[in-house]
Amino acid sequence: MAWFRKPKTRLQATDRRDLPGDVWEKCPSCGEIIYREKLKENWNVCPECGHHMRLPATGYIGLLLDDGSFREYDRALRSGDPLGFTDLKPYRERLAAAERKSAHGEAVITGEGTMDGIPVCLGVMDFSFIGGSMGSVVGEKLARAGLRALEKRAPLLIVCASGGARMMEGIFSLMQMAKTSAVLAQLAEEGIPYVAILTDPTTGGVTASYAMLGDVNLAEPGALIGFAGPRVIEQTIKQELPEGFQTSEFLLEHGMLDQIVDRRRMKPDIVQLLRHMLGLPAPDEFALPSPAA
Amino acid sequence: MATVAHLDFERAIAEVEEQIGNLRDMARERGLDVSSELRSLERKLHGLKQDTFRNLSPIERVQVARHPRRPYTLDYLQLAFTDFVELHGDRQFRDDASIVGGWARLEGESVMVIGQQKGRDMKENLNRNFGMPHPEGYRKALRLMKLAEKFKRPLVTLIDTPGAYPGIGAEERGQGEAIARNLREMAALTIPSVAVIIGEGGSGGALALGVADRVLMLENGIYSVISPEGCAAILWKSGNEREKAATAMKITAEDLKGLGVIDDIVPEPTGGAHSDWEETAGALRDALVRHLGELTPLPVEELRRRRWAKYMAMGEWRTAR
Ligand SMILES: [Zn+2]
Repeated sequence: MAWFRKPKTRLQATDRRDLPGDVWEKCPSCGEIIYREKLKENWNVCPECGHHMRLPATGYIGLLLDDGSFREYDRALRSGDPLGFTDLKPYRERLAAAERKSAHGEAVITGEGTMDGIPVCLGVMDFSFIGGSMGSVVGEKLARAGLRALEKRAPLLIVCASGGARMMEGIFSLMQMAKTSAVLAQLAEEGIPYVAILTDPTTGGVTASYAMLGDVNLAEPGALIGFAGPRVIEQTIKQELPEGFQTSEFLLEHGMLDQIVDRRRMKPDIVQLLRHMLGLPAPDEFALPSPAA
Repeated sequence: MATVAHLDFERAIAEVEEQIGNLRDMARERGLDVSSELRSLERKLHGLKQDTFRNLSPIERVQVARHPRRPYTLDYLQLAFTDFVELHGDRQFRDDASIVGGWARLEGESVMVIGQQKGRDMKENLNRNFGMPHPEGYRKALRLMKLAEKFKRPLVTLIDTPGAYPGIGAEERGQGEAIARNLREMAALTIPSVAVIIGEGGSGGALALGVADRVLMLENGIYSVISPEGCAAILWKSGNEREKAATAMKITAEDLKGLGVIDDIVPEPTGGAHSDWEETAGALRDALVRHLGELTPLPVEELRRRRWAKYMAMGEWRTAR
């Protein structure tokens, strides 16, 4: 369990001044100054207070899958502009800008790989791509990953991170909720496990579809999870929201989650659950994920 | 009937309607023959309605879809169906009056009908929460869908909601989970289903009753991922641009039929559904009978295969390079 209790190497106040900004990061929760390299080794979880900072989508592939086992699906799928939509800017321009910044071209990466040798299909949403909003490509890639899971009879995992609908795709954005849920209905009937992993933030149409339909719903600590956004609710009820409203902990308390899982334990915990659902024997020991992939 | 509310662009229509009313009253009081004047006014009224309603802009359709005199679910249950028995409650928390449902007959055949229900006045709207369901409303709907499935009767849903309610209790009780579950369960139902957007189809709160073998819209209904006001506030950063948002999002029945998202449009009378409830209900009944007539002979597996294929095809994407 070395990774769990690492010796403290606190920086002295005098050292901090001289550190270049790209080498360290400050924890937004406890204020601790952490070496970037060390933070990366710890999957962007603050070693001091356990605060979960955002992990890029590719990070989850390394976190969850066995090293080198990932094979990406539908990498070349890109959004069309089905409505010819223009608000203050044409949707095409917004897409082009987002695509330039992203190696994966859309707000979800899908593929297959193994987890401790168990074949799985995986989708990981990318919040940095237009707020992880769900348009046609997000729905299509996830639905295809689900159908491959059905064909291979392999468990499906989706790591959710989304601000909600891709408004620029209008009704097609809404229809992705129906599309993904229809695929999950088929997985459910075939008895193929589906694990939903909710990260910060998971809201709107994603919450009202695949994020809440897991055979197991897991969430990272402290994530914002809800159907309506907090500001919309505040404007509607004209009251302040209670402390901790719409956090992972709030959802667990209200019965919407099975567990809150520390990112650093996520792989062994999911493997344990999968082995139960797949009728496999208990693992002798939990293999630890290695970030050096 | 209470005083007839009218929309801004209906003012000219309302004025002629008032003239006709006054003329009739006067003729009755004084025993005069005004039939030729009446005929001419009625011709004028019909022409006005045609001109006004033939080319409604998207934002005008939003207003018609939200018209306070538009027929609601319970009105259609009286006019298009017979033998309605309302069933209440989700068996878990409470009865949500913003969704109504129960057994009814469509030309003699038992079907399950479920729909959102708005109120006609402030008191009823407080009870029905302006047609914005809480999770328990969606859970009641699911219970009734499962009941229909158990007894192998078709499902009809009537959709009319600004959206699922955004509130503290709704979040505490799992609004997202309730909607998500309905989407999955509706996709898997072993009975034929027809969903009709009768007024406002507001986002996930509408879709939670809207995954069906056939999706129809009344001619002046709207269906969108977010309200034009919400879209304008977020993308245009100004609530004043709702007209642009309504147009850009393609929310009318005609647009959505063109995009392949809905299967059929139910025609409304010239002055909109609110101008003639009976005629609208008749058109709805005819459409339901026709679509259910096509669906009920299909074997269950074929029905579900087609339903899944329909939703798999939704969206637009391309392959890079
Ligand atoms: Zn910290």
